[in-house]
Amino acid sequence: MANKVADSISREEYFYGHKACAGCGGSLAVRAALKVLGQNAVSVLPAGCMSAVGFNFPQLCFSNNSIISTFAGTASMLTGVEAGLRARGYKDFTAVGFAGDGGTADIGIQALSGAIDRNDNIIYICYDNEAYMNTGIQKSGLTPFGAKTTTTPAGANIHGNIRPKKNMFEIAAAHDIPYAATASVGYIYDFIQKVQKASQIQGTKYIHVIAPCPTGWGVAPDATVDIAKEVVDCGLWYLAEYENGTFKLNHKPKEFTDVTAYLKKQGRFKHLTDDDIQIITASRDKKWEFIDKNFEL
Amino acid sequence: MSKKFLSGNEAFAEGIRLARPQVISAYPITPQTIVVERLSEMVEDGSLSAEYVHVESEHSALSCAIGASAAGARAFTATSSQGLLYMAECLYYAAGGRFPIVMMNADRSTALPWNIYGDQRDSLSQLDSGWIQSYAENAQEALDLALMSYKIAEDKRVQTPYMANLDGFVLTHTYETVDIPARGQADKFLPPYETDNRIDFDSPKNMAFSAGPDTNYIFKYKEHKGILAAAEVITETEKEFAEIFGRHYTGLTENYRTEDAEYIIVTLGSIAGLCRETADKLRENGVKAGVVRIRYMRPFPNKEIADVLRNVKAYAVLEKDISFGNEGTVFTNVNSALKKAGVDVKGYNFIGGLGGRNISAGDIENIYTSIAKGTESVNFIGIGGEDNGK
Repeated sequence: MANKVADSISREEYFYGHKACAGCGGSLAVRAALKVLGQNAVSVLPAGCMSAVGFNFPQLCFSNNSIISTFAGTASMLTGVEAGLRARGYKDFTAVGFAGDGGTADIGIQALSGAIDRNDNIIYICYDNEAYMNTGIQKSGLTPFGAKTTTTPAGANIHGNIRPKKNMFEIAAAHDIPYAATASVGYIYDFIQKVQKASQIQGTKYIHVIAPCPTGWGVAPDATVDIAKEVVDCGLWYLAEYENGTFKLNHKPKEFTDVTAYLKKQGRFKHLTDDDIQIITASRDKKWEFIDKNFEL
Repeated sequence: MSKKFLSGNEAFAEGIRLARPQVISAYPITPQTIVVERLSEMVEDGSLSAEYVHVESEHSALSCAIGASAAGARAFTATSSQGLLYMAECLYYAAGGRFPIVMMNADRSTALPWNIYGDQRDSLSQLDSGWIQSYAENAQEALDLALMSYKIAEDKRVQTPYMANLDGFVLTHTYETVDIPARGQADKFLPPYETDNRIDFDSPKNMAFSAGPDTNYIFKYKEHKGILAAAEVITETEKEFAEIFGRHYTGLTENYRTEDAEYIIVTLGSIAGLCRETADKLRENGVKAGVVRIRYMRPFPNKEIADVLRNVKAYAVLEKDISFGNEGTVFTNVNSALKKAGVDVKGYNFIGGLGGRNISAGDIENIYTSIAKGTESVNFIGIGGEDNGK
């Protein structure tokens, strides 16, 4: 199975020579997705890590057509690119966006909602590293509860971020989007298959992929894939799809691994008390109750 | 060619139909709405073949147009006032990326206080965004500019987006009889958009990239040269337009009875007609009055302004704008043109029409009278002079 997936993607590289940090989960997601979509992918990337590391004239790192959008404008520029190419008679191409968590759940959510509402024929991939990493690890709408960032310090009075992650997957699904999925770079074959599936579907596709940032999360550069697996295994993230009005769970851990172990190996969670971890665990269990009730397996 | 009785908005939409944009991104705002309504009808009835995108904001309207232009398509959008300010980030982006999008702006007051009527504070606040800016006087000129705008913006020497400004309500909603060019002639005048500045599957590109301190200034310099080059392209385009359609335009400015004028009002947009009538009336009484209408604020008509004002006794700049804490922005630009050319004549600024307030023939007559006598540097019509910079 695994080899079959690996063999199904291009051996060409479309995103290389860039300046991403060692162990960057976002660049891994972009690299893998472009290996699925190939030479005729047109990538749109807003201000953020991937554009900052990949588009420094004259060191330009995409070998497919790629363009930076405004921070808020990933989805609206995708719309324009798709409409413009179609108007000029092109059929064989994929307009794909790669935006971070802040670019998606905060400043870009309006344009994303508009594009889904119009059902524009685009793939929108959110690489979620759970904070504004490019500007130096500030809280975004997808920063999890308890995480220490440079704008949610962990002190005696407040233990990091006081709000849970926004649920972008279900927000996208609530538009009755043709296809939405969650993924993790820790389960790269699952992610690749979801990008493959998205490329075969007409209309708007949204894929939300967890992409750890060793710099911001406080883990070693070689821990990216392991920690991206573990967040799924401990139940704080899940691999799912939304299609034809139905939620489907792709992977149900038989038993969750230890939440405390997942949290405590990351610098951003080191300060958490037992009570904080209790809140996180309870919220995980509540989410899984919802998943068990509403998601097909 | 056919004649129709159209509002400024409708006339502009007719011009856009003839220009055959391939992607239109539309978001409504008063008093621009009629343009996007008419265009949607043209797409519906098949008389315009374009992708019509219902975006969810002005920011997305221009972001979508940038994406379409990057795909090599001819793109159009329209806005006004708060919408123009909301998309401001994208204005600079489109200009820096050298995407020759055309956008109509219905000139309207900016909040606060809220006001939907016409003044020019919205577009004049964006003079530095890198867009060509035209100011039409009437519906016929609006239609003709719609057609000419793409030819100017897309010229290889220019490659700069184009903002066509129409005074809100006074022009956008006023009906006139308008000549509509024949489709065949319009197609002859404006061929399809061709560019290298686009997505290319044979030779993929990284577009809209970053450029650090070592190279950034080169891009900015080229952007500046591009919009400056628009001046001669405008002249060439108007010449070709006149040959095909028989209507003549006069480049960056339009002069009226200026040859022997001692007192000139410099203004822009739809108020120019009343200024000309007033000048005629004053000339009957022996006052040598003239009018300069600025048709393009960018590129700015430095030479034209200096040449026409060189020998006057005094000039006034009448504008629907104030740059708070200084003076009207048009006045600043005019004064700079004169200073650079070594022209030293007395000039005064008249701020009027804010929030759509009427400027009467009496107000304009008063301008001529008061600049002949001398007045404050900056004067608010309806309020009075302000000792600014004296």
